[in-house]
Amino acid sequence: MPPVSRGFRGRRQPDATAARLPPGQYETRDFPVLSAGPTPRAPLSAWNFTLQGAGGRTAIWTWDEFIALPRQMTTTDIHCVTKWSKFGTVWEGISVDTILAEGAAKGVEPSPYVLARCDGGYTTNLPLAEVTGGKAWIAFMYDGAPLPAEHGGPARLLVPHLYFWKSAKWVRELRLMENDAPGFWEALGYHNYGDPWREQRYAGDE
Amino acid sequence: MIPDGSAPRITWRLGTVIDVAAETRRARTLILDVPGWPGHRAGQHVDVRLTAEDGYQAERSYSIASAPEESRLSLTVEQLKDGEVSPYLSEELRSGDKLELRGPIGGYFVWDVSLGGPLFLVAGGSGIVPLMAMLRHRNAVVGTDDAKRHRLPARLLYSSRGWDEVIYRDELSRLAEMDTALEIRHTLTREQPRGWSGFKRRIDRAMLEEVAWPPSEKPQVFVCGPTPLVESAAQALVELGHQPALIKTERFGPTGGSV
Amino acid sequence: MKRASKVADEPSVARGRFADALRVDGNAAAGILSELFVPDLTSARAKCGGCGMTRTIGALIVYAHGMGTVVRCPGCDRVVLRVVRTPTHVWLDATGATSIVIARDSN
Repeated sequence: MPPVSRGFRGRRQPDATAARLPPGQYETRDFPVLSAGPTPRAPLSAWNFTLQGAGGRTAIWTWDEFIALPRQMTTTDIHCVTKWSKFGTVWEGISVDTILAEGAAKGVEPSPYVLARCDGGYTTNLPLAEVTGGKAWIAFMYDGAPLPAEHGGPARLLVPHLYFWKSAKWVRELRLMENDAPGFWEALGYHNYGDPWREQRYAGDE
Repeated sequence: MIPDGSAPRITWRLGTVIDVAAETRRARTLILDVPGWPGHRAGQHVDVRLTAEDGYQAERSYSIASAPEESRLSLTVEQLKDGEVSPYLSEELRSGDKLELRGPIGGYFVWDVSLGGPLFLVAGGSGIVPLMAMLRHRNAVVGTDDAKRHRLPARLLYSSRGWDEVIYRDELSRLAEMDTALEIRHTLTREQPRGWSGFKRRIDRAMLEEVAWPPSEKPQVFVCGPTPLVESAAQALVELGHQPALIKTERFGPTGGSV
Repeated sequence: MKRASKVADEPSVARGRFADALRVDGNAAAGILSELFVPDLTSARAKCGGCGMTRTIGALIVYAHGMGTVVRCPGCDRVVLRVVRTPTHVWLDATGATSIVIARDSN
């Protein structure tokens, strides 16, 4: 191990918080903005959301159609792989279960994997099982107000049980896939799955 | 430049803190003895790594403040309020402590006298650090030789919030006093001392036009500080006619420093 | 690190029975590869795979945060380079650059 820096403690947590934190995380009251590129600013009039089936069928919603879908509120902790966690974040959005059900009515059939595709080119991949059963939303409200652009607005994917890089900002499409394909960070050293409770940060982590 | 095949890659080294000197209320200079230090060029930086007893590590980058000619390495750190590393380096670290660092890093944002002048430096807050290394290097080479000084004229435009927050304030005054080919202009954006006749606003195009050499002189330009300041200054300089290839920028991020 | 032998630097235009003499093993590539992964890439020049502009890497726009470093073209915003450092490895994606040019040391 490298030499210990005398007196260096890093950030310290009170015990009550420690129990709620996945391994290696610390609590923040801020909401840090991490960006891999300039913030996209798509006008809502041009925004649409696509559910793309592996077989070629698609379902597309304009912004007005999208926010008219049955929505849900959720309060959840979120965990970033850069080690900050934020407790009790409040979101409102459309459950991915709802989107899949609406898509099925239009002939879009499920596939085992999904790739989220976003304005600005960001992508992230997940097994379909991780975004169904009430585990994921396309969120467009944060803390009671429209989701700010720097935090992924107008809409982002929200998958809070996984590291927050999977909650892709500026999401525009869920592409269903027969085979898994790594997204932006998964292809460059990050864990393909990303469970914070098993500390699956990097490729090769158990 | 590619080193020859036998040159070592940048490795972690252990330096010893010789002294921690206060520059301003929030800025401290760490003076280090680093055995085996390979030397550096003005403008380069180091990565500093701290390890807690439980193995937790934090890493940050800091510009080298010392000239390549100096025997000791110095880094100037600005303490940021909710920082994880900067409070440790500013308040806790003392003489005799060890500090792990790696470098020198960076071949783009560098200047040495062989690149010639005129030299135009624009600094915002702690962005002064790498530019100070350049001025110290220039001073080490030109010394008191007036002819040499005038072959390498330099100007610094330095933005700070107030007179008490100007890092290296006295050393800069002394350097400018002795050297007619070095000109320093300050702008104090939040508060000014009584009787202040200098600039009182954020750096803008008009200020740059007044202070910088005309583009026809083809100065080497280095801009360093918080990202918004650097981007607007660089853009203004291009609009004034300076060639983009002669303008080098180092953005310190939104807060202007390593947290 | 062994330097690549002089033979590996020459174009392989051998024909006939002399071709085998030019076939060297992977060690000879190590020298050239160590010249690609130098401690400092920021003075190298990269050609953007998007708009084709060639710029010094130090002049590209860097979005750096805890997850990794993303280097984009200031002209067209395309990703030119990406680097991730994990505790054990460095991952580099240079597919956004059509080419990267580094000046050789004049020794």
